[in-house]
Amino acid sequence: MSVAAERAPAPSARPIRVLAAKVGLDGHDRGIKVIARALRDAGMEVIYSGLFRTPEEVAAMAVDEDVDVVAISILSGAHNTLVPEVLGHLRRLGAGDVPVVVGGTIPPEDAASLIRQGVRRVFGPGADLGAIVESIRSLARPSAPA
Amino acid sequence: MAAVPARLEGPRAGEARTLSGLPLKTFYGPDDVADLDYARDLGDPGSYPFTRGIHGTMYRGRLWTMRQFAGYGTAEETNARFHYLLENGQTGLSVAFDLPTLLGYDSDHPRARGEVGREGVAVDSLADMERIFQGIPLDQVSTSMTINGPAAILMAMYVVVGEKQGVPPERLSGTLQNDILKEYIAQKEFIFPPEPSLKLVVDTIEFATEHMPRWNTVSISGYHIREAGSTAVQELAFTLADGLTYVEACLARGLDIDRFAPRLSFFFNSHLDFFEEIAKFRAARRMWARFMRERYGARNPRSWMLRFHTQTAGCSLTAQQPEVNVVRVTLQALAAVLGGTQSLHTNALDEALSLPTAEAARLALRTQQVIAEESGVANVADPLGGSYFVEALTDEMERQAMAYIERIEAMGGVIAAIRQGFLQREIAEAAYRYQREVASGERVVVGVNKYTIPPSEERPVPILRIDPDLERKQVQRLQELRRSRDDGRVRRALTELRRAAQRGDNVMPYLLEAVRAYATLGEMVQTLKEVYGVYSEEAVL
Repeated sequence: MSVAAERAPAPSARPIRVLAAKVGLDGHDRGIKVIARALRDAGMEVIYSGLFRTPEEVAAMAVDEDVDVVAISILSGAHNTLVPEVLGHLRRLGAGDVPVVVGGTIPPEDAASLIRQGVRRVFGPGADLGAIVESIRSLARPSAPA
Repeated sequence: MAAVPARLEGPRAGEARTLSGLPLKTFYGPDDVADLDYARDLGDPGSYPFTRGIHGTMYRGRLWTMRQFAGYGTAEETNARFHYLLENGQTGLSVAFDLPTLLGYDSDHPRARGEVGREGVAVDSLADMERIFQGIPLDQVSTSMTINGPAAILMAMYVVVGEKQGVPPERLSGTLQNDILKEYIAQKEFIFPPEPSLKLVVDTIEFATEHMPRWNTVSISGYHIREAGSTAVQELAFTLADGLTYVEACLARGLDIDRFAPRLSFFFNSHLDFFEEIAKFRAARRMWARFMRERYGARNPRSWMLRFHTQTAGCSLTAQQPEVNVVRVTLQALAAVLGGTQSLHTNALDEALSLPTAEAARLALRTQQVIAEESGVANVADPLGGSYFVEALTDEMERQAMAYIERIEAMGGVIAAIRQGFLQREIAEAAYRYQREVASGERVVVGVNKYTIPPSEERPVPILRIDPDLERKQVQRLQELRRSRDDGRVRRALTELRRAAQRGDNVMPYLLEAVRAYATLGEMVQTLKEVYGVYSEEAVL
């Protein structure tokens, strides 16, 4: 079953769908909840994973929910292990094209390494809420005017 | 999800509010404190209702305890950081545990992958605790342990480390965070459902009341509630409501309030709004004293005293221009001191990016030392007492917090309010409001939405790196332990633990025996999960 084929009809005909995911064992949900609400207020559909998801569960949810973007929040320091695993599981499920963004306490070198591995954006502490929303929108609708 | 107004109501020109949204006048005068009765509402420092502090001499008698939270990597690294901090003048230890430990997973559990030793030290068994406290005589330090879900197990481990050093439990001093209610509300590191978790808290209080007279059994914590985005009023209200819940659970067990209440302690956040924070600390003391004396009839003055630890607000730190964080931390620490804290952790400037390096942790400690020994603010107790503004704000914090507490009680108490998602929603609402104020520029964050510099001008801050091989070593060590210990003794101890939990007995003696047998944390937690079940939060936004 092709996930991409399922992502019909034309992108602009339905709201952007985002999976807001907490991966790993940290229970910090302040950031993800704020982002989820900001995305909803911007007209997107947000699916919140709930806490303590494994990389496998996050990837499966992304496919099941047919989302346009996966937004991962992680503040535990385990990003170098868990985020690449999410990317790997997405690829295995044929959804390697779904853009993944990450937010949390990610040191700059780690952010660069995650980007090299396929993460599209990394948002650190203090990232601007409006900029995050716009960035997710443009990843979901690459052709749409900014 | 509750409807969000499309536009926040910004302050009108000339109108000012505290960080929590309380409206402020341009100045305060006698009319604002006309109802204030000195003896009834303030009292001298050291006198009921302790608005002005719990000690008559406050810091002139004894400075607050400078207690920097530390713990990362292996037990040896944490042990080395402790020796370093003690040599640099720190007076109390504070252990941070890693996430698998907080959630009751051993380091070799599949869910622990990538998390071992990251946010704190990994503890799988007594062997790790023995290494953490190597060369540190437990009768000469006081140790705070930030642990909640498996708090009873870590307390048992600490007691057994003491036994092995020849220090009896009576001589152990320290604090167990052990505040499970705020986990469901804010920090979200829970294991069992709220009711058996509360029962475990009462078990530890009952045990410590008998055997550990110098031990603070619960550190009732507003810190994490605030970090999750609450206002100062919510922090105050929800924390006291949690405290009242523990008190009532202990009374239901048949414990004497004047034996356990003196060992309850509190833990607050010190955030950016200087006077609001000071008012919060003062209101907290007065409210708790009145609850204990008037509602529960406590007669021991020590039962009335709200003693607290403070940590500066981690969530106020910025990754941009991180050196500015030193200034934020200084102001927050000063508020905590003027608010009468008993102990203090000052955050390091690099904590928006990672765990602090040793140098950053030392600068944070130096910040406290300057306040204590150079600024002169420690010379007089409650120097702001009687300020029209501070007293009016203290009253307002109390009024608003009381309204929340009454609402929670009308809902059936804290656990009912958690199950209905009320407390979580209130906090999420406040967090969202705050973030939108930052996004709109209405709320200034220096270096983030004002006075910014190009990223190229940012000086790189050295980052503490955790050895990536640490996890493998910890797992290897755990597996060696499993091979070398007496498995029969472990199995018997765990069986006894399960039976005690099923009978509803106090599990502490059974945990002590399992710890002595080198049962792992994961094994003990799993045993209790089989009896108590596990909690999972309804994922609501």
